[in-house]
Amino acid sequence: MGLVQEIDYGTPASTSEKQVTLTVDGFTVTVPEGTSIMRASMEAGIAIPKLCATDMVDAFGSCRLCLVEIDGRNGTPSSCTTPVAPGMVVHTQTGRLKDIRRGVMELYISDHPLDCLTCAANGDCELQTQAGVVGLRDVRYGYEGDNHVFKKNDGAENFKWMAKDESNPYFTYDPSKCIVCSRCVRACEEVQGTFALTIEGRGFESRVSPGMHQLFIDSECVSCGACVQACPTATLSEKSVIKIGQPEHSVVTTCAYCGVGCSFKAEMRGDELVRMVPYKDGKANRGHSCVKGRFAYGYSTHKERILNPMIREKVTDPWREVSWEEALTHTANEFRRIQYQYGRTSIGGITSSRCTNEETYLVQKLIRQGFRNNNVDTCARVCHSPTGYGLGQTFGTSAGTQDFDSIEKTDVVMIIGANPTDAHPVFASRMKKRLRKGAKLIVLDPRRTDIVRSAHIEAQHHLPLKPGTNVAVVTALAHVIVTEGLFDEAFIRERCDWDEFQDWASFVALPENSPEVVGQLASVDPEEIRGAARLFATGGNGAIYYGLGVTEHSQGSTTVIAIANLAMATGNVGRPGVGVNPLRGQNNVQGSCDMGSFPHELPGYRHVSGDAVRDIYESLWGVKLDDEPGLRIPNMLDAAVDGSFKGLYVQGEDILQSDPDTKHVAAGLAAMECVVVHDLFLNETANYAHVFLPGSTFLEKDGTFTNAERRINRVRKVMAPKNGLADWEVTQKLAQTMGLAWNYQHPSEIMDEIAKTTPSFASVSYDYLEKMGSVQWPCNEKAPEGTPIMHISGFVRGKGKFIRTEYVATDERTGPRFPLLLTTGRILSQYNVGAQTRRTDNIMWHSEDRLEIHPHDAENRGLRDGDWVRLTSRSGETTLRALITDKVSPGVVYTTFHHPDTQANVITTDFSDWATNCPEYKVTAVQVGASNGPSEWQIDYDEQARNSRRIATLEAAE
Amino acid sequence: MTMQPASTEIASRTAAIIQELKGLEGPLLPILHGIQEEFGHVPQDALPVIAEALNISKAEVHGVVTFYHDYRSHPAGRHVLKLCQAEACQSMGSDAIAAKLKQLLGIGFHETARDGSVTLEPVYCLGLCACAPSAMLDGAVIGRLDDEKLDEIVAEVRS
Repeated sequence: MGLVQEIDYGTPASTSEKQVTLTVDGFTVTVPEGTSIMRASMEAGIAIPKLCATDMVDAFGSCRLCLVEIDGRNGTPSSCTTPVAPGMVVHTQTGRLKDIRRGVMELYISDHPLDCLTCAANGDCELQTQAGVVGLRDVRYGYEGDNHVFKKNDGAENFKWMAKDESNPYFTYDPSKCIVCSRCVRACEEVQGTFALTIEGRGFESRVSPGMHQLFIDSECVSCGACVQACPTATLSEKSVIKIGQPEHSVVTTCAYCGVGCSFKAEMRGDELVRMVPYKDGKANRGHSCVKGRFAYGYSTHKERILNPMIREKVTDPWREVSWEEALTHTANEFRRIQYQYGRTSIGGITSSRCTNEETYLVQKLIRQGFRNNNVDTCARVCHSPTGYGLGQTFGTSAGTQDFDSIEKTDVVMIIGANPTDAHPVFASRMKKRLRKGAKLIVLDPRRTDIVRSAHIEAQHHLPLKPGTNVAVVTALAHVIVTEGLFDEAFIRERCDWDEFQDWASFVALPENSPEVVGQLASVDPEEIRGAARLFATGGNGAIYYGLGVTEHSQGSTTVIAIANLAMATGNVGRPGVGVNPLRGQNNVQGSCDMGSFPHELPGYRHVSGDAVRDIYESLWGVKLDDEPGLRIPNMLDAAVDGSFKGLYVQGEDILQSDPDTKHVAAGLAAMECVVVHDLFLNETANYAHVFLPGSTFLEKDGTFTNAERRINRVRKVMAPKNGLADWEVTQKLAQTMGLAWNYQHPSEIMDEIAKTTPSFASVSYDYLEKMGSVQWPCNEKAPEGTPIMHISGFVRGKGKFIRTEYVATDERTGPRFPLLLTTGRILSQYNVGAQTRRTDNIMWHSEDRLEIHPHDAENRGLRDGDWVRLTSRSGETTLRALITDKVSPGVVYTTFHHPDTQANVITTDFSDWATNCPEYKVTAVQVGASNGPSEWQIDYDEQARNSRRIATLEAAE
Repeated sequence: MTMQPASTEIASRTAAIIQELKGLEGPLLPILHGIQEEFGHVPQDALPVIAEALNISKAEVHGVVTFYHDYRSHPAGRHVLKLCQAEACQSMGSDAIAAKLKQLLGIGFHETARDGSVTLEPVYCLGLCACAPSAMLDGAVIGRLDDEKLDEIVAEVRS
């Protein structure tokens, strides 16, 4: 198999259209204008020696190894910093160059340890390679005197030597091996955009310094790993490589964390994962990663992972490990019994946005074909269901309009209710790169998120609106655009219905939608609203990126519609650099929605009431399908409490922790007779389960994920499932046990069925993905190479639809008892309910959920930083520690929901989006006060959780 | 939020300097000069304040401060004596001058006398090669150093 090799061209590609032809060592090569000689030469197949150049960062010209001679020019210019010119004649290997290079290399090596055999980079060290390349045979200078290599010089302390920094859990910094090429510093600046590294001192004193001569862990470093990847020596090394050794083969696959969907090379030694390296050809991430994707895979071998199926009669019993056969037979019998006893619709299932398209497709197929009802829902219910609804209504498709590359052509970025630097870090880095090049930024968020202001990035307008007032503020932006005549009339007349626009325009122009009125109720400066609107309408290509801060509200769908209106009114749809882009939370939330996970839709967003659509599946599956929509997750739980819903198959979702109003979820689960949890860990939902089916990780199966830009990426198996079966195999076995004649040999066959039955996937197959790398749906006869940008010559639904967006304040209001508004979110190092990231060293950065509170509100309550506080709402209460910060406005508090012992969702209410039931996580009226420790509920919960996780010691082993 | 009183003091004086110079093109070096003038050195606690105000990273400020030898991390003595050690002065005997000075002052390069009277530093070219060996005392250059001039210098810094 071998390692997937990627060519390092030394400097980034030029985007120029103009071509230049030159000669390198007698070979003619034609490259775009602006290309470096180094890159042009590599294109011609000639690798010029180099150390400080790598194509992830701009040329720097410091190592002096890449020198060349050019006919008609004096001296020996560095090939990385010299652009090509027409007719240029370049020589890369002359006597003079050989001497210089050998001399330079000799100097490097004279201050570098010679422990190659025991070095972690042995076999993957560019310094070692280049020493070989230039033919270094001797170092004449010796190792006496000043150096950075040895701890002691002749028995005396060497103050130039620095100890290893092992503070980061994933990589080490060994200054004694550093050649000060600055690649790490430049990667941190140019690629990641954090600027956490610098070169301190000068001359022989020069050292790489995290922060202000700090340890990596104490600096601004976000542990994205770009520096480790850039390092040509062992100075920055993955601890896993130090421990295991160099990998011998690699497989390209897709990250299973957020909706960016980064491509990685999983580098393996046998079946042990050595490291994850972002893949340069990955079109979503272009060779970059974050701390989660690159490093946080340790959960797959965590000791708490469950590898054997388990069942129990009652949830108060300890678990009993059983064979797959027993577990599946038990489940099938229970489901059939419940349906016989309580009716066909008394059971259902939940698909997972963490699993592959193929697995999701199978779960909904099991429910529709096997359970014979439409009681299927997915975790998108609690995140982006309003996106599906809102964009479906206005544009005609339930997905973002752009690819991620589009950001490179954007002039004004508007971010609404999203925190990309924490939740979508790799895309945030690409966005920041564009912002550093001069694009403007508008942020609508109650918090001053890092993107609002961080090194070299500053939003032109930050509207710190009060949680729950999105609709009013976005409509106020439209008010300014309409009343000041900043809309794009030509676009609207051509692409939209002019009468609908006029109706909408007359609505937004009403005085109650003016910034002055809205500013009052949203606590935002009206001039800021006006300024933001003018900038967005007149600043060039305007792109809107939004997240769960938009959707998780009682008016989530309305805000999505308001955003779509704004994009249409300003003509910002249908070309590169513009568009409406939901930043999807989970790796495959787009895919799970595409695959028919909603109770009212078959795959491809086709309503179950459509006879023609049902016909397709009925003839293929040989059963009559229910033409009535089934139950949504909240309805299932309500029905369970009412006694009409008794059985649930949950694949890869922890509804007890992630869904709102935890007590209600717990009551619903407790009322069911057979809850089947299919997961990696005994998650919180499993506390109420009767059957546990162990799941497999993304490393252990084949399939596809669809990211936020509708890109279908391959997931490739790199090791055998530790639990014995991939998730799709488990679902298939369950279906077979229930009497269905399924016989898929490989996930590619499932994809073939999807392509056969779903028009937007018609041309997708594993062979085609292999050829193309990835494609963005729709991918069919009309768009054979997929669709990076949608609505190019017209909206999918025909004419773009303007819809009035009346602001209706949520019923969740502050008052004397609950005077503060709680909003919730994520942090960089942790992921969602934390089931995975909590089981990795990422806990170093975030070991508990904290309550962010403004100094003013804290002082009123006599709270100090780090104090335990009690957080109370109408729904419940919990305790956690306070973090005093002015990132939140007075009157607003904020927390994350990564840790089950905090259970932020005990606090959140059961209010939800009017159209889709997406819960209102982002607004809860609360009170905060001093506390002595955990609440009674937390103590009880902890006790119950501990009890329900007991596993009986094996009696009769299988 | 919970800063020590001493650093609060530094932060507020730093903030005033930044406020004054922030509008300049490339304001970092002038600000650092201003701070060195205010405190006699560039206190570590001032760096995060500068980074925050200029919206650059702490690492970048640290990189710049450590690059320039003129920015001190600790206060200097009442007088600062810089002795040229570059090529022209070396050829005119600056090594011997340095040895003599060190002996007279009882301190080495980069050191400050116990009584805080003087800090001795090497410098690499004052542009005074024609009058080598040369030195600079508190900003004023002195050429053609010899024993007599050294005695005068020592007398002045001790006074």
